[in-house]
Amino acid sequence: MADRVIYAMYDDEEILKDGAKELVAKGVKVEEVFSPFPIHGIDPIIGVEETRLGIFAFIYGLIGLTLATYGMWFFMISDWPMNIGGKPSGSYLDNMLAFIPITFEFTVLCAAHGMAITYLIANRTLPGMKASNPDPRTTDDKFVMELRTSQNTQFSEDELEAMVKSTGIIELEQKDI
Amino acid sequence: MHKEAAIREPLILGHKTYHDITEDVCRPIEDKAPRMWYILFVSALIIGLYGVGCILYLLGTGVGVWGLNKTIGWAWDITNFVWWVGIGHAGTLISAVLLLFRQKWRMAINRSAEAMTIFAVFMAGMFPLIHMGRLWLGYWVLPLPNHFGSLWVNFNSPLLWDVFAISTYLSVGLVFWYIGLIPDFATIRDRAKKPVSKRMYSILAFGWSGRAKHWNRFEVISLVLAGLATPLVFSVHSIVSFDFATSVIPGWHTTIFPPYFVAGAVFSGFAMVQTLMLVMRKAMGLEAYIHTKHVEYMNIVIMVTGSIVGTAYITELFISWYSGVEYEAYAFLNRATGPYWWAYAAMMTCNVVSPQLMWFRKLRRSLIFTFVISIVVNIGMWFERYVIIVTSIHRDYLPSSWSMHYPSHIDIGVYLGTIGLFFVFFLLFARYFPVLALNELKTILKSSGESYKNGDAETHPKPKPMAGGSNKLVEEATSVAEVVEKARKTTSSDTSQQAMELMAALGAGSADNKDDLKAISGVGPKFEDTLNEIGIFSYEQVSKMTKKEYDILDGITGKFPGRAERDDWAGQAKELMNTNNQ
Repeated sequence: MADRVIYAMYDDEEILKDGAKELVAKGVKVEEVFSPFPIHGIDPIIGVEETRLGIFAFIYGLIGLTLATYGMWFFMISDWPMNIGGKPSGSYLDNMLAFIPITFEFTVLCAAHGMAITYLIANRTLPGMKASNPDPRTTDDKFVMELRTSQNTQFSEDELEAMVKSTGIIELEQKDI
Repeated sequence: MHKEAAIREPLILGHKTYHDITEDVCRPIEDKAPRMWYILFVSALIIGLYGVGCILYLLGTGVGVWGLNKTIGWAWDITNFVWWVGIGHAGTLISAVLLLFRQKWRMAINRSAEAMTIFAVFMAGMFPLIHMGRLWLGYWVLPLPNHFGSLWVNFNSPLLWDVFAISTYLSVGLVFWYIGLIPDFATIRDRAKKPVSKRMYSILAFGWSGRAKHWNRFEVISLVLAGLATPLVFSVHSIVSFDFATSVIPGWHTTIFPPYFVAGAVFSGFAMVQTLMLVMRKAMGLEAYIHTKHVEYMNIVIMVTGSIVGTAYITELFISWYSGVEYEAYAFLNRATGPYWWAYAAMMTCNVVSPQLMWFRKLRRSLIFTFVISIVVNIGMWFERYVIIVTSIHRDYLPSSWSMHYPSHIDIGVYLGTIGLFFVFFLLFARYFPVLALNELKTILKSSGESYKNGDAETHPKPKPMAGGSNKLVEEATSVAEVVEKARKTTSSDTSQQAMELMAALGAGSADNKDDLKAISGVGPKFEDTLNEIGIFSYEQVSKMTKKEYDILDGITGKFPGRAERDDWAGQAKELMNTNNQ
């Protein structure tokens, strides 16, 4: 069966949200929502899971922390112990106070950049990528809901269309993919 | 949706729709730059290039071209460095700290404040680099394996901490800023008409499409980056202050430096934001988004941080006496009464007295007063660094080496050059980048927009069932149109009489020479259809409308009472006619 995609356009995010709620309650699967800004509360309705980016950031931060600690232990304690006024250099712990600023900065550096890179890759938003929003107005003031017939096989195409039309849309478009 | 108390001043003035926000932010980018922009850009570029020339001369000749001597080994170079880093503190503070505190007013200013931060940190970073004298060996500040055996940079040195702090701050600030920019670039990309700009903004937008999952990630990354950037902001200027505080020079060797530098940085950063924003909002017509309330909020921050700075000055003075260290006491006495008393006096007046004036509501809500104070504060904060740096070292332990600092013309040229370059960058930003976080602003429109707060705007129109069949449908308006249509047929109806009256006043139009009425702000596609139903097709007809006709129109449509008059449709139509004729 050919897959048809239905794009339903709304001009208000609240209407879209109510519409999505209604559709999902009837058992329709909403594939995607395109909007010019984050619609708060849409994620649980259409089944978008909470992102794990925060966990990634934490892991990157830990990597940064480890690297900075290891690096400074190696440079300052192991490889070339500093001779400051002939006093014994001591262990890493003895010297640690002076290392805190860079440890902190490097942790933040790794966490922030690691997270940003993960974010861009996860989103597939990288320089030169093509935009995939169905209508240029979705980055301005319109909101589009995407449904696929292949994911809603329990309904006929006409049924699906009728249901979508009852949710206060302003435009409807269909496309074979 | 986020709810806000009704008595809180709205953050977005007037009647704005989502589309209006897009329009208002994108128009300056899409239109031709005004003549004033070119004048400012060329002047900034000339000053900037002069500065680059001075830097090249310095690099070719040596640091000796600065007005330094054996007593005063640090003067304008480090003063300018600290001044610029300080200015670069407001942006991240606004976007990160205020994000954590959920301060919605930040959204109108964070984008340009962050841009300012990044450019200011560029300028700051330049000073240590040229200070090295041999710029091409600049990479030696990094712990790289090298041919000198086990020779590493000194991780005990605050100067190296600075390298890490400033570069982390700059790069994280840049990433934070750019991630926020991506969706806004996508908006410009989708509106762009010219192929070149479409191509450029497509590249810049990274293919952003605004999917729900992407927005979900966007919100999380903004929050986490804000969480990371917040301690970063405070650490950066603390570490800059360590450059001085960890030394044994009287006047520098103070534990109060980190908090006092951070407060001073925020103080000067906000002052610079005020200077730039007050001009920008006017020049780019953004008065509805950055208005008196925003200025007042920023002035309150200036007042608070200015008071912290003032308290720190006085604490320093007290401690210098209380410590019982005579060198310490002399350093401060010399600052206030020695040959640099004028610099100290300038710093005290500009930084301690001027922010206290912000206690008066009238003054902190006055735009002109704010503009003047913002410049005064920036001058004062430059003098603060100058006083701390030069007066502490110009009289050292050996009276025979006491000296004064006189800047050379290269000192002055490099400093002015960085100001020029800063404005070159900022003007380019204002010309080609969305200066407001437009997509973020849309999220607060319904909770903080004036017309939504006072009930003028229609909110959440009830969804109406749609007639099946046609794919493109005009909702809502159909009912209005039907009413008018019906009224036309049965002449006895009230509405039809009104419509006739209206047409008599405006003159008949025809669908043949139809203008794009949507170009009038306030008229959407639906309303255009309604107007066409009545018989209004051209700008000429709209331009003839007066209060009386507006009222009739409101009577017919029953929608948005007073809207046409408020938006001055007639005036807009006249302008559109003129542009069409040209």
